[in-house]
Amino acid sequence: MELTTEKVRTSTRTREKVVSLPGWPFSRKHVGLALNYLLMSVLAIFFLFPIVFMFVSSLKADEDQLLQDVTSLRAFIPYGNISLQNYSDVFQRFPFSLYLFNSLFIVTSIVVLGLFVNSLIAYALARMSFPGRKLVLILIVALVVIPFESVAVPLLLLVNQLPWFDGATTWINSYQVQIFPFIADAFSIFLFYQFFIDIPKEIEEAAIVDGASRLRIYWQMIVPLSRSVFITVAIWQFLVHIGDFLWPLIVTRGDTYRPLMVGMRFFFGQAPLNWGDIMAFASMITLLMLVIYLLFQRWFLRSVASAGITG
Amino acid sequence: MHLPFRATTSTITSTKILRWKRKETYLSWAFVLPALTLLSIFLIIPFLLAIYFSLTNQRLTPYPLPTFFVGLRNYTRMLTDDTLRQALFNNSLFGIVVVPVETGLALFLALLLNQKLRGMAVFRTIYFSPVVTPLAVISVVWAFLYNPGQGLVNAFLKTISFGHLGPYPWLDDAHLALPAIMLLSIWQGVGLYMIIYLAGLQNIPQSLYEAARVDGAGRWHQLRYITLPQLRNTTFFVMIATTVQAFKLYTQVEVMTQGGPGNSTVTVVWYMVNQSIHQLHVGYASAIAVVFFLIVLIRIIPILRYVVAAEKREV
Repeated sequence: MELTTEKVRTSTRTREKVVSLPGWPFSRKHVGLALNYLLMSVLAIFFLFPIVFMFVSSLKADEDQLLQDVTSLRAFIPYGNISLQNYSDVFQRFPFSLYLFNSLFIVTSIVVLGLFVNSLIAYALARMSFPGRKLVLILIVALVVIPFESVAVPLLLLVNQLPWFDGATTWINSYQVQIFPFIADAFSIFLFYQFFIDIPKEIEEAAIVDGASRLRIYWQMIVPLSRSVFITVAIWQFLVHIGDFLWPLIVTRGDTYRPLMVGMRFFFGQAPLNWGDIMAFASMITLLMLVIYLLFQRWFLRSVASAGITG
Repeated sequence: MHLPFRATTSTITSTKILRWKRKETYLSWAFVLPALTLLSIFLIIPFLLAIYFSLTNQRLTPYPLPTFFVGLRNYTRMLTDDTLRQALFNNSLFGIVVVPVETGLALFLALLLNQKLRGMAVFRTIYFSPVVTPLAVISVVWAFLYNPGQGLVNAFLKTISFGHLGPYPWLDDAHLALPAIMLLSIWQGVGLYMIIYLAGLQNIPQSLYEAARVDGAGRWHQLRYITLPQLRNTTFFVMIATTVQAFKLYTQVEVMTQGGPGNSTVTVVWYMVNQSIHQLHVGYASAIAVVFFLIVLIRIIPILRYVVAAEKREV
């Protein structure tokens, strides 16, 4: 696998003399390379075809044509009555922009508040000494193990009884019920902690002697030094919570606070079933995600490599 | 952390240190409390409630029956619950198929992408793109692909078999629905583990390969005796992560099959939610939640690795 290109070239060149036939313009190396790319392209088709199929189908305004096309390669060719009709249908039949706003508002709140709260506790655990530090650290590590699914049901009963500032006596069907349970995240705290531990202590000792406050040290020294871990955590939390489905499904009623993924579920379940509209709905969400992914690709891959292992 | 001041002779300085130390303690707790409060309300208390509810006949709406202690009745009920047994079987079957296939495919893709050839970044972008498409959305797209009469999957099978295979009813068939969900899940998830393998591959010291080449080892031998053994840890953790995912299976089932046809795709999490929301049996659902927690406790292994690695660096 790790052959340097130079090595490949020399080793195949010696073999070439034996293998290549007179008049045959392609060496064995070229054939191997072509097969390699062929295999990778087949795999690329496997990963892309549902997405391409979805986009193409969403453009076909004629539902009958769409249903006939899926039995052949025409499913991947935008032709016939091509328009954005399905997209405007989605906006007419469903409050798509409201769902979109809800999703983005909820996930942004989780990420921003989460970065703040989780990095602060991690900073205290990693770089300050106080009685109870070890105990809190052990508790955080233990909490990483509890999956959300195993607390969802009792949490539902709990949030049903919680008061809110506007006088409401329940959190069911609100923004806060979809935000607050996910702000503090034991695994995010742990990622921050791991990173903060590695920053040399001398950096802040000088500042403390100079009388700088802890909050200022955190904000002006630690945060700028730790940009990469902040981005890692932000992207991981975004990726996880934009796709949240189980929790918003059981705590929202009606459209007002419903996020995109749950909206998609109800759109799919609603008669009459119009695949063109459904594909347009799916395409808009996918397009949004793909654009964000392509813009921040390097960070996405880095984030996944360091956080993805916990499943 | 030790104090940044040296021990000095003056008593004024030592009271200063004491005051600073006390302030430092208050401040630490001020940093700790926001996260700790949120975790207590939304994770610790619900978790303890789950254990408590699992010992009662708690219902979603407390009327008409009063709530009382039932001991281990919810747990003994599980032993005779055929649907739960089916759910555990489905999750296990899903894991037995998906864990090795997804792990193997992720490794294979990573090995392909790790070649020093042109265009690898493009292929990496493509292979990873399903990971960023949300499951709730892409499950609907696949439901269309699996459409019994006129789906693309059936059309594809018919073409490659020259009309001998299909059409199959996929999601409407008790034998095919779970495999259909498996394929979608592998398609969506494999890119994530591919990236983890790529990171693992890049951590293997080049010197190992150089030494092997000096000894005349071919590509196959290098893969067999260097790459795979060096990736043993990565493989182990990927398999744990995919196993946990197998037991968390929910969204695809809720969107595509609702556990049907005939319980053939019912899963532990789906059954638990169904028991609490539709059957209102919170006590029983909580007992399932506790069992689910015990199953995915294998997550503790990769998490402990993180902890040990961090603690080592602290010393």
